[in-house]
This record gives sequence, C-alpha cells and structure tokens, in this order.
Amino acid sequence: MVNNNQQSKPRAVIIGGGFTGCALALDLQMRGFAVELFERGELSAGTSGRTHGLLHSGGRYCVEDVEAGQECIQENRILRKIAKQCIEFNGGLFIALTDSDVAYGDQFAKGAVECGIDIDELPPAQAIKLEPNINPALLRAFRVPDGAFDPLRLALAFAATAKRYGAVFHPYCDVTELLRRKDGQVIGIRCLNRHEDHFYTYEADVVINATGAWAGRITALANVDVPVRPTPGVMVAYDQRLVQCVINRLCIPDDGDILVPQRRMVLIGTTSFDHEDVDYIPVYQDQIQLMHKRAAELVPAVKNAHMRGAWMSARPLIASGGDARSLTRTFKCYDHAEQGAPGLFTITGGKATTCRLMAEKAADLVCQSLKINQPCQTRDLILDPYRQYFASVRSAS
Amino acid sequence: MSTNEWSVTFEVFRQKKGQPAHYDEFVMKVDPDEYVLDVIERIWAYTDRSLTFRHACHHSTCGACGMRINGTEKLTCITPIREVTRDGGKVRVEPLRNFPILSDLVVDMGEFYLRLDEAKFPQVATLKEACLPFERKQQVREDGNFERLVDCLECGMCISACPVALTSPEYLGPAVLAAAQHALHQFNDKSLFDYVDNQDGVWRCHSAYECTAVCPSNVDPGWRIMDLRKNLLRHQISKIFSR
Repeated sequence: MVNNNQQSKPRAVIIGGGFTGCALALDLQMRGFAVELFERGELSAGTSGRTHGLLHSGGRYCVEDVEAGQECIQENRILRKIAKQCIEFNGGLFIALTDSDVAYGDQFAKGAVECGIDIDELPPAQAIKLEPNINPALLRAFRVPDGAFDPLRLALAFAATAKRYGAVFHPYCDVTELLRRKDGQVIGIRCLNRHEDHFYTYEADVVINATGAWAGRITALANVDVPVRPTPGVMVAYDQRLVQCVINRLCIPDDGDILVPQRRMVLIGTTSFDHEDVDYIPVYQDQIQLMHKRAAELVPAVKNAHMRGAWMSARPLIASGGDARSLTRTFKCYDHAEQGAPGLFTITGGKATTCRLMAEKAADLVCQSLKINQPCQTRDLILDPYRQYFASVRSAS
Repeated sequence: MSTNEWSVTFEVFRQKKGQPAHYDEFVMKVDPDEYVLDVIERIWAYTDRSLTFRHACHHSTCGACGMRINGTEKLTCITPIREVTRDGGKVRVEPLRNFPILSDLVVDMGEFYLRLDEAKFPQVATLKEACLPFERKQQVREDGNFERLVDCLECGMCISACPVALTSPEYLGPAVLAAAQHALHQFNDKSLFDYVDNQDGVWRCHSAYECTAVCPSNVDPGWRIMDLRKNLLRHQISKIFSR
C-alpha cells in the first residue's frame, strides 16, 4: 500500500519495536516524517515485554537519582492520562522493615519533595488496613502514586496511534545490514522478512537504533559503538493477587525490593548482573530462591502462593564514559555523525515509564540534525485503542 | 539450574509464506522445571535463527505465547516441561488453530483483536467487575476503589480449542462472546445484544466447554456464553412485554 502523502516527507527508519521504538514512531510521524519501523520479532518481544510492569512514581529513584525520579513522576502523570486503557492505577506503598529502613525514610521524604512526587506518610496501622497482607512488622510507610501496566498493550497503543498517522510497522523483520554511501552516510537498511524468508532493502534519510540492550549489535553494523551494558534481572510471578498497591521496600534500591500486583498475580523483582549475550539469558534457580525470600519479607502470604512463572529481562544500562552527547543520566541519545556514521542515531537506556520522553528527546535530536523545526506533540495525545494496531488487516483484505 | 536434566525431542511446526508445511526435530537438554517457551527461545537462539514464534511478557499477562503443545493449547511461558512430557519424551509444538498462519508458530491475531474491540471489551475494570460473579471474591474489599487488568489475556487459545470455530471463520468465538458478556455486565450497553444475536454469534456455540478447559486465566468463556444467552432471552422477552 503506497501512501502518497508519505512521499515528500523525510524518511525515518526505526530499528526496534519495544516501547521506545513504538513511541518514537508516533513522535516522528507526527512531526512530519514518513516512518518505517522494523522489529525482528513480535512488538515488545525483547526487554519491553518482559518488564516488571511497574509504572514508577519516581519514589524508587528520588534519593540516589533525582533526575530519574523527576522524569518518572512527570511521565507517570502523562501515561496515566494517555495510556489509561492498559494501566492499573492503585498507587503504591514504601514500607520500612528495619531500623535502617526507617532512617532511610527521612532521605526518601526529602527526595520525593525535591522530585515533585506526592507522598503521604501513613501510620503503620493504617497501611495494614489499606493492605492487610503486608508484613505486619512494618515500622514506617509512605503512600506514592505507583501503578502497573500491561507491557504488550502499552507498546501496541503507541504503535496503533502511530499507524493511524501513517507510520508503517514491519514485525518479524531482522535488520542485517546498514546501507552506506561512500562518504559513510547511512542511507537505509537491509532486512530479512522472517515470515517470507526473503531480504528487502529500504532507503531512509535517518536510521534510528532503538534496540535497547541490543544497541551495540546495530551500531557494530556501521563500525561504531555505544556504551550499553546489558544488565539482566530475574522476576517471579505468584498466582494470587495478595496486594492491590505496588509494595516497595523503603531502602536503597536492592534485589527484590518491589512487588507489583498485575491481573490475578503479584510479581517480585528484581536482580541485577552482567550478561553479554542477551538473545538468551537463563533464569537461575538461586535468584528465584532469593526472590521468594524477598517477596515473603514484604508480603508473608507469598509463602502460601504458588509460583506461576519466572523470567528474565535485560535492562539496557548506559556504561559511563565515552564522548557521546548526553541527554540525562538515565537514558541517552547519540548522533553517530561524529563517529563517521552520519544519518545513524541511537536511543537507549531508560525505563518503561519514561519511554515517551525518550522518544521525545530522540526525535528532538533527529530534528535538530536535519534542521527541522517541529515540536513534540505526544504529551497530551490520548493513545488509540491498542487493538486498532490491527486495523489494517481488514483494509488489506 | 537444577541438577536434574532431561533429554526431550521438540517437534516444531514449520512453514514460511508460500512454502509447504513440515516439522523440524530438535533434541534439547532441558530442566524439567523450566518453561516450554524458554526451550523454544533457546532453539531460536542457538540452533535455528529462522524459527518464528510470538512472545512478549513471559509471565502470563500479555497472552502472546499461546501454542498447541502435544495437541493441547498451552500458554507456553507458564507451562513447565514436566507438565507436558517426560525424560526421553517428545514435545510437539504447533501454532494455534483457527487463525491464519503468518509463519511457523506465528498466527495472525488481527481479526480476533478487532472483534474484541467491537465487543467493547475493556482491559481494566474494578476488582469486583474483573471477577466472575459466582467466585469467592477474595480480592474485593469494601475500602478503596481498586482496579485491575481483567482476566482475559486475549491469547486466542479458546478460539483454537473450540470445535465450532473450526467450522466457520465467521463465528465470533468464545473469547469475543465472553468479552461481550463482560462488557454488557460492566456498561449495560444493550447494543451488544445485537452484536451477538445471530448465527455467527451466541447461538452457534455447541457448549463443548473446550474454551473453559484451556483458558489459562479464569475467564470461563463457556459459562459466560451461557449467561449471555440467558440475558439475551430475558432482554427479548422483556421487549415483547414493553411494546
């Protein structure tokens, strides 16, 4: 299907159909680009799909990483408005179980104010009334505006909206090559359509690498690098919805410090370790056992629930160093022109909660590079129903 | 990893666009407690990069990884190997039935998703509305206006298992009828009666209850279809008397 309106627009190829790629497809398409997005599997089949599903209030970061905390609360408010269709918004609690947790509470309260997060300190008895299954030995509690979301549906909602504006999605298309001009300019991609077992090429004015933990694989195709350090973590799901709010441990971020309710389950996460090959990461038994222990500290009734699943997700953390252009400490956007690959950009790092903001900043950088003066329009746009991602199956037939 | 290791042969359905279908065999060393999806992912990662399959969340919230395992619909991310085979045994992996195959294990869920939208099915509801009316509502409390994602994962496994869906692609199928029942209950939108009151709707079901048997998530589509019929009849009778 040829969209005539697309022809005179600058062409953007996005590699990666996770949250960032889908949000970026919407952002760039609305700014006047003709967007084609390529994902080697199903949308959100990588890190995005396997997220904990926590819509961060920012409380988790408000002491150690104020900037991340501010981004989270800002985007939390936006997503609650534009992606309400796939979010459980029941708030969250931070609970202290030891004296050092109690002491951390003062820093937490100060950090939350600094980040602009609305918190409420509750007497322990009141926290137990709100969440009867939490550890009754809690010493201190704060209420925060956390939520939980469905990962596939969040990605589809951005993608559905992007498609309505004209963006074209190519799931199950594995990008195998970056097309270059003699002067090094990246001018398109070659990809394998995995349904058809057939190669195609697409030309573009810009190629944006939104592959997260896999970012280094794509930049290697242009002989440039990005300092991404894949950092997986294990999560465990239990078959009972023991709490309605997200339960966070009131402490410095640690393994298994967040318990998220979702559908009929609760999910505990997570751990953190280095792993080079992100295509397959085993789920280690000892980490599952650690999650059981940590979950039972927050909500003792977990001991009587059954494990429903255990899985692994590879965070794309930014390694420090490098001369790349930095946008914030939590995610980064790179223009690879300085490394001899003009036309190629990478957006990586960040969190699910901040995906829309990551897309906004990446689109800003791309627009600046092409000297296009178009503002971001995704902050107030209520996303289309996620199922409309498939609207094209009827018009095609 | 546990020290327990099994050798299991995976027989995987393969088909690329325009090519004939066949099965490929992969002999895999597995931990009996790991999940079927983990092994399928490993086949792709280390043995055959051309294998396509749907997956996203890996913990039964997104509904992407429904497949037929030894002839029965399973959400592969939460199905342990020991539930479907034994040491030295086989695991036959096939795509869901009653959906068009895009390639290998990937089916086209588009029409199904659009029908769920037509049934005005919400993904988020209050705790009370998200539960079946007859179950013990352990999650529902008087205090707080809590909400949650509903039980239906939109995995399509009930459509695959339904013997009637096999006979007609026009049949709305269990998940869509269950969605309409849910939406009617939640919003009392009477126009949904028209959506289901036809030969491809609520009357086509033969109450085989295969849908309820394979549902991984407490939706009980079989019960919901019967409830929808009951309420549709009630609605029609009350219309006669209100003329």
